[in-house]
This record gives sequence, C-alpha cells and structure tokens, in this order.
Amino acid sequence: MSDGQDLHDEGQDLRGADESPQGAGPDGLGPIPAGDGTAYAGAHPAPVDVPIPGEPAGSARVPDAGREGKGVIHVVHLYPREMSIYGDLGNTRTIAARIRRHGYVPVVHQHHPGAPFPEEAHLLLGGGGQDSGQVRVEDDLERLGDRLRAMAADGVPMLMICGMYQLFGNAFITVDGKRLPGLGILDVTTQGNAKRMIGPVVLDTDFGPVVGYENHSGSTTLGSGQAAFGRVRSGLGNNGTDGTEGARSGNVIGSYLHGPILPANPALADALIGLAAERATGRPFEPVPQDDAYADEARNRQVRRLVRR
Amino acid sequence: MLRTTAAVVAGKAARAASRLRGGGSALPGLVAERVDPGFLTQALRDVRGGIVVVSGTNGKTTTTKMLVAVLRAHGRTVFTNPTGSNFTRGVISSMLGELPLSGRLAADMAVLELDEAHALRFADAVKPTHALLLNVARDQLDRFAEIDHTAQLLASLAEQTTTGVVLNIDDSFIARIRDRVAPGVTVTWFGVDGSIADRLPELQEQDVRFEDDFTPPVAGPDDGLLKPADDRTFSILFGENGSASVGPLELQQRGLAAMINATAATTAARALLGDAFDPAVAADALRAVTPPFGRGEVVMVDGQPLELVLVKNPAGFTVALGTYGSTPVATMVAINDNYADGRDVSWLYDVSFESLRERGVALTSGVRAYDMALRLQYDDVPVDAVEADLDRALDAFLAGHPDEPKRIFCTYTAMMALRRTLAARYDLPDIGEEAS
Repeated sequence: MSDGQDLHDEGQDLRGADESPQGAGPDGLGPIPAGDGTAYAGAHPAPVDVPIPGEPAGSARVPDAGREGKGVIHVVHLYPREMSIYGDLGNTRTIAARIRRHGYVPVVHQHHPGAPFPEEAHLLLGGGGQDSGQVRVEDDLERLGDRLRAMAADGVPMLMICGMYQLFGNAFITVDGKRLPGLGILDVTTQGNAKRMIGPVVLDTDFGPVVGYENHSGSTTLGSGQAAFGRVRSGLGNNGTDGTEGARSGNVIGSYLHGPILPANPALADALIGLAAERATGRPFEPVPQDDAYADEARNRQVRRLVRR
Repeated sequence: MLRTTAAVVAGKAARAASRLRGGGSALPGLVAERVDPGFLTQALRDVRGGIVVVSGTNGKTTTTKMLVAVLRAHGRTVFTNPTGSNFTRGVISSMLGELPLSGRLAADMAVLELDEAHALRFADAVKPTHALLLNVARDQLDRFAEIDHTAQLLASLAEQTTTGVVLNIDDSFIARIRDRVAPGVTVTWFGVDGSIADRLPELQEQDVRFEDDFTPPVAGPDDGLLKPADDRTFSILFGENGSASVGPLELQQRGLAAMINATAATTAARALLGDAFDPAVAADALRAVTPPFGRGEVVMVDGQPLELVLVKNPAGFTVALGTYGSTPVATMVAINDNYADGRDVSWLYDVSFESLRERGVALTSGVRAYDMALRLQYDDVPVDAVEADLDRALDAFLAGHPDEPKRIFCTYTAMMALRRTLAARYDLPDIGEEAS
C-alpha cells in the first residue's frame, strides 16, 4: 500500500486504506509493516503494529518533502497492544485526525516493548490494560524511564489513561501490600482494591467540562502539591472520597477516563495538539476552526444526564 | 419433594403473571429459586443424555439454537432456554413452562446457554456433563471487568464439567483451557480450516500473552473444522482427510460467524451423539435453522425487508459489518448504554466503520445517538440525521426509505425497544415465544 502522497487530505488517505483485500478487515489484517522511522532491530522479534480503527494505512510514514502542511507532528502511542483496552486507541485516532484537520501532518508511532523509542516525539499517549498487559510493559517502561522523565520535564505533552496513569505515578501498592515502583512523573500513589470503581464520569477541568467512563480497581491519592486533572461532578474519580480525578503536572495529564476521553472533549485534544504543534514547528499553534457539534452535543447530554443541580 | 412442588407452583404462577404483564423472563425463575434453592438439581435429575452448557462471549444464542436443532433432528428430546435469557433464573423460568409438578424435567438432554458468570453459578448447583466454550472477547467489561477474568470463569466451568469439553482451537484464551479439565474428561476441538485462517483476526480478541510456552493443539479426526466454499456454502470437516464431513450446506443466517457457530454446534452434537451422529441429518437440521431474533432477523415492513442486527462488542460489531458490508442498504445505528447494553460506549472506537462510508448512515439513535454520530464522523461516514428517541428515529427511517431494504444495527435494549414497536405494527413472533 503506497498511499503516502495524500497525507494532508484525510479523506483521500482513508480511501487509500480501502485497498486492502476483500474480506480482510478495513485496516488490513496481516502484519502492517512498521513505518520507516520505526524500523525494529536487535534481538527481539519485530513486534507488529496493531490496527488503529479508522486510521489510514501508512500514517506511521514521514511525509515527503513539500507534503508537510503546517508541520509534521510525531505522535507516540505507548504499548498499543498491551495498554489500549476500552477504546483508548480512539484517543490516538482522534489526535491524528484532528492534527490533519488543523492542517498539520501526523506521524503515528506505535512503541512496543523492547523496540527502540522513536527519535522524534512531540506528543505521547497511553491507555489502560489488563494485568497481563501491564506486566509485559514494566521492564520496558523502566528502560525508558530516564528518557520519559526528561521529556516530561521538557514540556512534551502526554496523556496517560488508567493503567498508564498509574504507571506514571510513584508506585502501585497491590492488595497484598507489594510495592511496584512507577516512573514518578506524576506525584500520585495507587493502592490496589478489591472493589472496582466503575461508571460514567463528569469533571470540571481547565479545559471545561470533561465526560468519560471510569473502570479501575486502583485507588489513587495525590501527593501534597500535586494538582488534579479535574474535580468530580459525577462519578468517583481518583479514590471516590476526595473529589479529585487524575493528575496534571505541566503538560503531563493522567486520568482514569475512558470513553475514550478525547473525541467527546475536543478542547482537551486541541490543547494537547497545540502544545505538540509548537514543539514540532517552533511557531505558535495555527488552529483551523472545527465543526464539533456532535462532540459538544454528546458531551452536554452526558453532563445534563449525570450532574444533579 | 413438597417444597419443590411448591416452587413449581409458585414459579408457574409468577410466569403466568409476568406474561400477562408482558414482563421479563427472569422473574418467575427468581420466585422458584427462592422457594427451593435445590430446584435446578431436582429438575435436571432425570435428564440422563447430557447436560450441556454453552458459554463464551459471542454466538451463544445462535450456537445453542443450532445444537438443539441438530440433536432434535437425531430424535432426542432436548430442554433448552430459547429466550436468550442466559442467566440461571432465565433457565429456571423457561423450565417452568415444561415442568410437571414433580419438578423433574422429562428430556433426554438439556442444552443451556449461559453467560460466563451464570454458567459458574449453574455449575454450583448442577455439574454439567459437557461444556461448549466458544470464545472470549471484550463484552460489557463493567460486568466482567477483564478478559483475563472472563477466561478464568470459563476455565473454572471446564474444571467442573464431568464428561467432555468442546473448545475453540483458534481462540488461545479458550484453547488453553484444555490443561484445566479433570482427568478422563474428553477434549474435542472446533475451529477453522487452514485455508481461511487469515480471517481469524476479524473475529477475535488480541491475546497479549504471546510470549509464553503455549503450544497450539492440532485437530484430529473427531474435531470439526470449518471450510467455506464461497460466501454462503461451507463444509465441516471431520474424519481422516474430511472423510466424515458435514455438508456442503448453506445456512439461512449469513456470515462467517454463523458458519463458525454451526461448526461449534455440530462438533458438540457429534461428541454428544457418538455413533448415532448422522452427517446428512445434521446438515439438514442446520439448513433449517432460522436466525434467532436480533441476529439478522428480517421483518417485512411494507413489502421491504428490515434487518435487525444486534451489536454488543467490538468483535461482534466488526463481524456484523463484514457480514453485511457486501450488500449496503439504508442503515440506522441505535446505541443505548443501559446495563444490558454495557454502560461504557468506548468500544465503538475499537470498531472500524469504513464499510459504511460510501452509502452513509441515515440515522443514529438511542441514548448515545450523538456519540455514535461522532464516532462515524471520525471515520468520515456521512450521517443524515441524529434522533435520540428510538420510536421517532424508526418512523423517520421507515418514512425516508420506503422502497428499499433497510438494516438497523442496535445494542440489546435498543433492539428490544425497536422490536416492541415493530411487533405492535407488524406480524412478529413475540420474543421468548420463538418456536422451540
């Protein structure tokens, strides 16, 4: 599939992806070759990228000269195979699609355990996982720890959901008291619980009202001085008791919200894209006005349904 | 015994009352269970030809219906729970219609569709002789929480099964269960022939434990493998080099998923019937099975077919889109987020809707109508209108496309509501009254 020509035009590009053989899934079911920027080397078997529903084939490819639009933004999804349950790949899809709509060109990297980390990374995304998935990424996360901490300190925007939010914290204490250290990028500590916190959520955040869906057994406590991502208006949030949800340090946001969080909350998506665009181009973000009527109505309806006045 | 009779009487009364109100199918079961906790054990005591539990995420209702059809075609009397009420209480509820006051069911076999959690509750009361385990996929994670957990539930069910388990050779979550069965319990496999192995990913959940030492099983002569000839015709290969195969045949229900369900059902029937199994009888029975309601059921509306397609998880929706994508028609999508639908709609982002792009979607509806429209917008699928109210959406859909075939993809409670409205206007069998 060589449809790298049309990276500016999402519609064109997506039609290119339809060339996959009849009967195969829309994203092509066979192993998708890694983009040029993410060639895998070393002793590990080449891990295979997972299909991101709706995302055009070849979106891991760096565009040719003259095809960069307003600029090329490198987006890295950490561990899409292990850590992107509950539709979290939808966040990556939303970011890539909106980058295109704003006139920039996304390069979507999938980082798998054991693989070299992409050289360029302007925006990092991570999602939730099952216990078995979480175990599989721990070593790699430790390996990348210094690099990720440096990127966070340098202001790279990051959105880490659920399991990856927990791993970005100081530690996870299991039900039997075992302490599993995290990256320490966010000053939060999570205690494993027998009881899950599940249900729809409405938050007040710096980005306006945010809606989503939480499903976690970990109960998270913010360190003193650690800002929350939002205040809970409906739902349970970090721990069901202190009214906080998620955490935010600089441009790094951790949250329990699936939904996925970005499609219905485009202000948050565009804030992340704006930061990434500035890093990628060295110029202020030049957004294009978006038609977010469906997103706004979907969000407002959830707010009206869930928040008692 | 007296207590059981009391339970039967109380349950029957509740069943009659709930039918008058048009109410749910689980309530009478609850009543009987309260009166006699040993009710199930007693009811199934005389069923000697096999107590089969069918479980897994996708395809339970269709597979159960097919298995029952094949067994009955072989002359067996079979008790089953045809209402799609796959909770223990639903099973008891449907028993009450057939039960004499002794509380003992007169049937050769029982084939029960149970969801993963209720299958275990059932096994606490009655050990199944056989378990047919279909697949593990994400479904209503707010109930089962995690795929790993779901796989564990099914493994525990297999551990408690006394005679034989029939497992999906292609689903590694299910295939691993072979190591969990008790000594002496037979393991039989169903799956797809190597010629279509490339289509498995569209049907299955990713198993992230790909680095451990699990060696996939190899199918033997008693295992059933699906071999399609074209979009509609297929055979189920048994025996050395397919010498005892079933088919070729065509189902009334379309799609690869239905063919796999037929393969699972036939493999289980063969394991249950042994030498009495007749491939020709099985093929005829499968040809005659009509789709269960909401699984591609067709309602004739003003001379045009309207298909209702139940969608409840990414794998199921992807399969449904693949099945119907080759014949695009006027389309509506109705997404509710009640408990029975799964309250989290995140899963819509694990489905690709590109196959709907060319024809577009006439309406999105349901409680999460705008979330669905937004999802389609991200896949560049045009949406003509959004109408959250299901009845108004149905009216607009029918009025806007009077002279062509139509299709509605809908979650469970949206389907029940739409079907109720359709039943009031057109000639439809009542849900739960499906010929059994």
